[in-house]
Amino acid sequence: MEIFGVPHQALLGQLLLGLVNGSFYAMLSLGLAVIFGLLNIINFAHGAMYMMGAYAAWMLLEYFQIGYWWSLLLAPLSVGAFGILIERVLMKWIYRLDHLYGLLLTFGLSLILEGIYRDQFGVSGQPYQVPELLRGATDLGFMRLPNYRAWVVLVSLIVCLGTWYVIERTRLGANLRAGTENPQLVQAFGVNVPLMVTLTFAFGVGLAGLAGVLAAPLYQINPLMGSNLIITVFAVVVIGGMGSILGSIVTGIGLGLIEGLTKVFWSEASSTVVFVIMAIVLLVRPAGLFGREK
Amino acid sequence: MKRSYLGFIALAVLGLLAPYTGAYPIFLMKALCFALFACAFNLLLGFTGLLSFGHAAFFGSAGYVLGHSMKVWGWSPEAGLLIATAASGVLGVLIGGLAIRRQGIYFAMITLALAQMIYFFCIQAPFTGAEDGLQGVPRGVLFGVFDLSDDMSMYYLVLAIFLLGFMLIDRTVHSPFGQVLKAIRENEARALSLGYEVDRYKLLAFVLSAALSGLAGATKTLVLGFETLTDVNWPLSGEVVLMTLIGGIGTLFGPVVGAFLIITLQNELADKVGSWVQVILGAIFVLCVLAFRRGIVGELSARFGSRKNA
Repeated sequence: MEIFGVPHQALLGQLLLGLVNGSFYAMLSLGLAVIFGLLNIINFAHGAMYMMGAYAAWMLLEYFQIGYWWSLLLAPLSVGAFGILIERVLMKWIYRLDHLYGLLLTFGLSLILEGIYRDQFGVSGQPYQVPELLRGATDLGFMRLPNYRAWVVLVSLIVCLGTWYVIERTRLGANLRAGTENPQLVQAFGVNVPLMVTLTFAFGVGLAGLAGVLAAPLYQINPLMGSNLIITVFAVVVIGGMGSILGSIVTGIGLGLIEGLTKVFWSEASSTVVFVIMAIVLLVRPAGLFGREK
Repeated sequence: MKRSYLGFIALAVLGLLAPYTGAYPIFLMKALCFALFACAFNLLLGFTGLLSFGHAAFFGSAGYVLGHSMKVWGWSPEAGLLIATAASGVLGVLIGGLAIRRQGIYFAMITLALAQMIYFFCIQAPFTGAEDGLQGVPRGVLFGVFDLSDDMSMYYLVLAIFLLGFMLIDRTVHSPFGQVLKAIRENEARALSLGYEVDRYKLLAFVLSAALSGLAGATKTLVLGFETLTDVNWPLSGEVVLMTLIGGIGTLFGPVVGAFLIITLQNELADKVGSWVQVILGAIFVLCVLAFRRGIVGELSARFGSRKNA
């Protein structure tokens, strides 16, 4: 069977790859949006945190023989703990300054982290095995579905929707949203805002760490894997706007799919298509698809 | 007004004498190119309040345009510099026109993303030589008279370009146009309500900054005779921010000081500490943001020169 002259196996395969990429975009842009909401900082080091998550999984296996399943829990926790350290030592000094200093600070931070990892591990990639349980593929009749990719999409959907639920539907999330609007007032109501800020940052970068672990068996682990991804995620954030949690998720996954489709029909353009879409969105709807102009 | 005039003369004299101090001409030329780049960037960040995180796109693509026009088309250096500068200006219209549709942090992200698009374009475009870069660009003969293969002739051309660019930025900042830019930096809404077409001013500042960054990049390619993907990639966009930050955002001489400092640092450290250079640069970045936001020149003029002109 062919669709627009492309064998449907290839088309579905690329769409699945796009869906996988889109899951990473969604998880990362969600983390960026949650952090920006409360801290007013765009975390450039988000890519570095993703890279650290992947390396944490690799190191756990290499040095401690701790496998994928424990890494899935331990790596995000360690990245989150590192986030707490960063927030307490560095970030808290700049909340009162222009937002731009937050970007510059985290940019410097990501240079430091990447430089250290490059010095330790070199620039060539490290392989990481797909866990035994998820190897192979399932035949769906119309296509063969690689189990691990399906797993990545599933996990990221659950995590993203769970985050959405917590923020939009629970007491904790209500505090968080109120803190985004007016931190002083929330503080006056007896909520420990500084603690909430710290934990939010830790959660956001923990998400990036989790994305890193999920990505480890799919891509080569290398020190630059995060910074190349984060710039695309910035474009995703501009397209979606950071006003809405569900918007970030939908935009991330949608753009991943579009990228996958582009790879099928015009592969040269697949690395730039997200940026082209960003340009178009800026022309038509400058505030972003789900954004509100502040 | 008078002070920056004196400073300019001091800069020119320093520049004229520098090659006789035993410094490598190639190093001086490279540093001057980056100094002009940082000054052009500062016109946008320091005097208009716009943080572009994609200025490498202008610096690098101008380098490719100059290299291609001279190597493949056999153009003269003056024509090459001209078309490269113009090309960056046009690119500035496109990128700037899109980016000024959003403010603040989004502006930075948009410029970064669009510059990354230029980077991907340069990887795939047939004339850039992709990973190998564009090699063997001739220096040519300026105006058919000055043979630039001589390092000293080349040096004085670079110095002239730098001083010209610096003077242009100085004039711009102190012109009525520059005053409006500062008004936009301080309070955009008020500038708008006073009847200034803010977007037009922002775009013009962006294009000017892009064109001058392009001039700097093209000159650098002319000096070194090659152009690679490093010059269009995002780390360079970050470096120019660092140069400006460490020298002093919004000061005229700060970016020059910052550029010389960073280039010297990279030169001295590159073969000694390997990938730690990046860690050191990152640490300087963090320290500057946390504790040294006025930069070297900003700090000096805050301490010693309350006569700082507006």
